[in-house]
Amino acid sequence: MTYVLELTGVSRTFPTDPPVTALVDIDLRVGRGDYLGIIGPSGSGKSTLLNVLGLLDVPSADRYRFEGVETTELGDRRRTELRGSRIGFVFQSFHLLMYRTVVENVMLGGLYTGVPAAVRRERAVAALARVGMGHRHEFLPGRLSGGERQRVAIARALVGDPALLLCDEPTGNLDSSNTAAVLDLFDELRAGGATLLVITHDLAVAGRADRQVRITDGRLSEVVTR
Amino acid sequence: MSRLSVKDLVAEAVSGVGARPARTVLTVVGIVMGIGTLVTTLGVSATAGNQIAGRFDAATATEVTVHVPRAGDPDAPPVVRWSATDDVARLNGVTAVAAYSRTEEGKDLPVRANAVKDPTRILDRLLPVVGATPTLLDTARADVAAGRFFDTGHVRRHDRVAILGAEAANQLGLTRIDNQPAVLVDGRPFTVIGVLGAVRRADQQTLGTAVILPWTTADDDLRLGPITTVSITTALGGAPLIAAQAPIALAPNDPAALQVDAPPDPASLRTGVAQDVSGLLLILGLVSLVVGALGIANVTLVTVMERTAEIGLRRALGARRRHIAAQFLLESTVIGLLGGIVGASTGVLAVVAISVTRQWTPVVDGTLAAASPLVGAVVGLLAGAYPAMRAARMQPVDALRGPA
Repeated sequence: MTYVLELTGVSRTFPTDPPVTALVDIDLRVGRGDYLGIIGPSGSGKSTLLNVLGLLDVPSADRYRFEGVETTELGDRRRTELRGSRIGFVFQSFHLLMYRTVVENVMLGGLYTGVPAAVRRERAVAALARVGMGHRHEFLPGRLSGGERQRVAIARALVGDPALLLCDEPTGNLDSSNTAAVLDLFDELRAGGATLLVITHDLAVAGRADRQVRITDGRLSEVVTR
Repeated sequence: MSRLSVKDLVAEAVSGVGARPARTVLTVVGIVMGIGTLVTTLGVSATAGNQIAGRFDAATATEVTVHVPRAGDPDAPPVVRWSATDDVARLNGVTAVAAYSRTEEGKDLPVRANAVKDPTRILDRLLPVVGATPTLLDTARADVAAGRFFDTGHVRRHDRVAILGAEAANQLGLTRIDNQPAVLVDGRPFTVIGVLGAVRRADQQTLGTAVILPWTTADDDLRLGPITTVSITTALGGAPLIAAQAPIALAPNDPAALQVDAPPDPASLRTGVAQDVSGLLLILGLVSLVVGALGIANVTLVTVMERTAEIGLRRALGARRRHIAAQFLLESTVIGLLGGIVGASTGVLAVVAISVTRQWTPVVDGTLAAASPLVGAVVGLLAGAYPAMRAARMQPVDALRGPA
């Protein structure tokens, strides 16, 4: 079986003085349809791991295969392309463009993959319906609640039909009821066959995942649950 | 393949420009000032130049006047002989030539009309007296309001006849000539045979106040002496050539002693005026344009910093560096283009408004007005280069941590 992502002995050291080692010898495999939670306190290397997994950053050593492709050998251009077409990002602070309507924000999802605007709009409408935001197309993000904003951001991540949904503290800016709604949405997406990877410091959030790993001082350890 | 269609790029850039209307307007105003000043400057100087050139009508451009200095020694041979006018007349391009001798400035002669015996009137008038060739009527572009001008017969016979300028006739109280009135010039009687109407040649307006005699008579009776002025009319376009040739024809021995008044070349005059007007203002316009460009650069840079998160997001969504650079370049170009369009319109309106207040004919270079939006766009493009480069260089990791 081909894993969606497969890390073998990945490290990341920042060339500062003295050098900072953020990730040490990480081994991680995520299969299609997995729902993985990564738990870690701040400063544990969570963000670095997210950047490596999201192809935003290049690990210092060893191997990272994404859908069977060795990414550490790819050029910036190929990695950008892979990132744009196969990975959907969900950020803590949503990163919605405040001057664009909801549907335009979601349409950004396929902007750099050469999909015509009309097709992107269709897909955006479908993705918004999927996250339960079908009634807010022409709203500006400023008029939405935090939970609604995050659902729009999730719709944007889903619009390109990515192999992996990479979520960085997706509930960090949300209150408990909105958190519950977003987590319910994750469950639905999971049931629909999406591959989810949620990075969080919140045990309750990570607890909703099928499988959890903990990151401490740049090292991963499996968490045995249930 | 990661790519971005031109249509999508334009849509993204335009919505980026529209996202902050107030800031966009202020930035556009910077370019409007620059382009507007340039268009106004060039337009006004072209208009003014055209206006000045317009005053040089066909008539004025054909007038050449030669001033002959008085010989210091009254017994010396004259600088210009009376017969020399025939030599000038033979020059190719001369349509008429006349010469006259005028009383010296400040030594006008007392003139009175003996027909009037009115003790309440001042009878003696000090008027300039001119001894002229019969062709003076033609070269001065004058006409005769009453009677006639003298001819070569009067000159040859040394007839004691006189023509009065319109103002001179008015001052002397002569209103009609059918009763053969006479005037006494310095005590000597002359029969008035004609009164001049309007003198249309600008540099011969003194004739309107003068008493004009055949030059032979004037020399005999009043010792007016040799030629002081030669007035020439030329064929259209011949004036510069005749101005160069006439002194040699008139005084072959010493042509440099003669002073020639020729009309300035209208073309060079127009250019000269346009240059005078525009030189300084042009610099002003360019400076405004540079300031406007710096404004765009500054605002785009601030915008790039503000939109760090957006840049990070776009990179995460698969945008390549060149896509980011292209978007910011296009945004600043759109701002420049808007400034160019509005600036050109404002400039043209300003030229028209200035022309209206001065009652001039506005002259606007169509190419200039059409090229202005292009200039604005190029300025915007250049101004956006550095901020766009900064935006493209941002690492997505750092960018995503920026302000949301």
